[in-house]
Amino acid sequence: MKIGVSATGKDLESLMDSRFGRCNYFILVDPDTEEFEAMDNPGVSAGGGAGIQAAQAVMKQGAEAVITGHCGPNAFDVLAAGGIKIYQASEKSIEEVLELYKKGELKEVTTPGKANRGKGSR
Amino acid sequence: MRQLVITSGKGGTGKTTVTAGFVVLAGEKVVADADVEAPNQHLLLNPQIMKKREYKGAKMAVKDAEKCEQCGKCEEYCRFNAIRDMEVEPTGCEGCGVCVFVCPTGALRLEEVTTGATMISKTDYGSFSHALLEIGAEGSGKLITEVRRNAEKIMQDEPLLLIDGPPGIGCPVIASLTGADLALIVSEPSVSGRHDLERIHQVTQHFNVKALVCINKWDLSPEMSKNIEKYCEDEGINLVGKIPFDPQVMDVYKQDLPVEHLLQTKAGEAIEEIWENVREHILQ
Amino acid sequence: MIISILSGKGGTGKTTAAVNMAVSLAAKNEKVLLLDADVEEPNAGLYLKPVLDESMPVSLPVPEIDEERCDYCGECSEFCQFNALAVAQEIVLTFPELCHGCGGCTLVCPKEAIKEVSREIGVVEKGCAEAVGFWQGRLNIGEPFAVPVTRALKEGLADLKDSVVLIDAPAGVSCPVIEAVRGSDFALLVTEPTPFGRHDLGLALEMVEHLGIPHGVVINRAGDDDSIISELCQEKNVPIMLEIEFSLSLASLGAKGIPFSKVLPNWQEKFYETYLSIKEKCLCAN
Repeated sequence: MKIGVSATGKDLESLMDSRFGRCNYFILVDPDTEEFEAMDNPGVSAGGGAGIQAAQAVMKQGAEAVITGHCGPNAFDVLAAGGIKIYQASEKSIEEVLELYKKGELKEVTTPGKANRGKGSR
Repeated sequence: MRQLVITSGKGGTGKTTVTAGFVVLAGEKVVADADVEAPNQHLLLNPQIMKKREYKGAKMAVKDAEKCEQCGKCEEYCRFNAIRDMEVEPTGCEGCGVCVFVCPTGALRLEEVTTGATMISKTDYGSFSHALLEIGAEGSGKLITEVRRNAEKIMQDEPLLLIDGPPGIGCPVIASLTGADLALIVSEPSVSGRHDLERIHQVTQHFNVKALVCINKWDLSPEMSKNIEKYCEDEGINLVGKIPFDPQVMDVYKQDLPVEHLLQTKAGEAIEEIWENVREHILQ
Repeated sequence: MIISILSGKGGTGKTTAAVNMAVSLAAKNEKVLLLDADVEEPNAGLYLKPVLDESMPVSLPVPEIDEERCDYCGECSEFCQFNALAVAQEIVLTFPELCHGCGGCTLVCPKEAIKEVSREIGVVEKGCAEAVGFWQGRLNIGEPFAVPVTRALKEGLADLKDSVVLIDAPAGVSCPVIEAVRGSDFALLVTEPTPFGRHDLGLALEMVEHLGIPHGVVINRAGDDDSIISELCQEKNVPIMLEIEFSLSLASLGAKGIPFSKVLPNWQEKFYETYLSIKEKCLCAN
């Protein structure tokens, strides 16, 4: 089982990033063995639709769940379509966030976050 | 660390002046100018640029003239009229990649292009993160995220990040608001000011960012100001102050005086009161 | 003749200048059409209160997936630069609000499973406010692309040879502004005597110079000393066409949504004279 955590750095000591679509990295980690790898988030450089791109990228790497702060509705739709569970956490280190996950203390997000439909002007 | 965004539904309401006042009043803080399409804060803070990085904000089709066999397919398929006589017209190109796909000889490719720069600067009032866009380039959520991220990076133990936000209600505004703790909306008493206040307020509600309102140049139309006050009351928004119209503000700007002179004007006194109110909301 | 009214910075009084110019020309029996091309924030109508009797939708072509044919290969989402399509397991999601309408996905799909349907993104409305012809473009809430609406708004302008067309452009120097201003005979740049006004006027000047449009400056909220703007104009050899001095009475009329030249005939004269000198400059240029 692999979990994708939005991260500000490339290891387990780094802080979780509350942004999903525009976080710098994803840490893909097995919560049981704590084996992990870091990947760049391609969404960072997207002009628009960052969350959509990020969601597809973590899915492609085989994540079955993600942990993040705010996940917009577009990313939510993609993750939900892929059957990926989304857990919400606050900005702590990845290690701490994983602990909370293992204890079952993270909230599963079942409705999309507040809408950011495109880069619209209204 | 707490993040305060100063924003407005419409341009020209005095957002920059209010921010400048806060810059002087707020003590330890970092400042970010997220109004990347019309940045003005640097004119006041006299920044000394420490670090400058190119910002690649768009992709564009680029042609390799040697490989082009002039078949004209690119021109035929481009929906944006951005290829004329088989040459890419940079102002029209949206970077979609259709021409790259249809070109039979591989003469076209997409390239990231520099559309501006992000900067980290030192000022007399603390560290400052800002950006500059080239003409015709668009300020996107991406650039604003970068400006905010740069600001977060240079923060040491300052308790506050002051963000001069972009006007409007589009993606740039959203990128400036996500994750912020508080938004101060600078409004002005006019039909358009009233109209745009409502829209920006909806955006802050949408993103769960608590909003406060102040009215700039309120005495130019006490009637419209009343109207705005009533709106705030009905919507349960905290009105944290009213700034009178004050020609002295212009004098400070015209004479290029340091920003603290702003606070010695009548408008400045009002800004000081507003800051006291805002501070209670943001730092306690 | 087409005159664009623009400003590098928001809130300088661009709409005020456009509306008052329109009202003044109409009062002098000129045939005048005002185009509100600030499609994200069309505010000129708040001052002119026009009767709009024509409305035409503006749309973009966006993808629709034929689920029967699609085999979820992911080529479309891979191709799309704007992330308007995503493939997750056996579902294809489309995000029409991100789609630029380039048509690339229909080209790359190996199964011909994508067709295009049109999606309304805004509207062009036409009507008049007393003697002033009035057209405006309006981008729907949440829509990102102003340029197609601006383009649709300007369609048909070429047939109006005998009218004076005033285009109220959006603020700033981004793509929608360039689209609004392109093809004008003259550009009026509205600014205010502050360092911000000067800075943003500098950007706007660079843009109109690049586009090769003859231009002049309007100083709004002018005061005793406008040297901060006049120095820049002198340096760049740009004429100052009009100064609207700051006064409480003008500001309060504006705040209420009343074009001041409607009630103050001396302003009608001033705007009309400005128009005449623009006309002269354009004749000289040709």
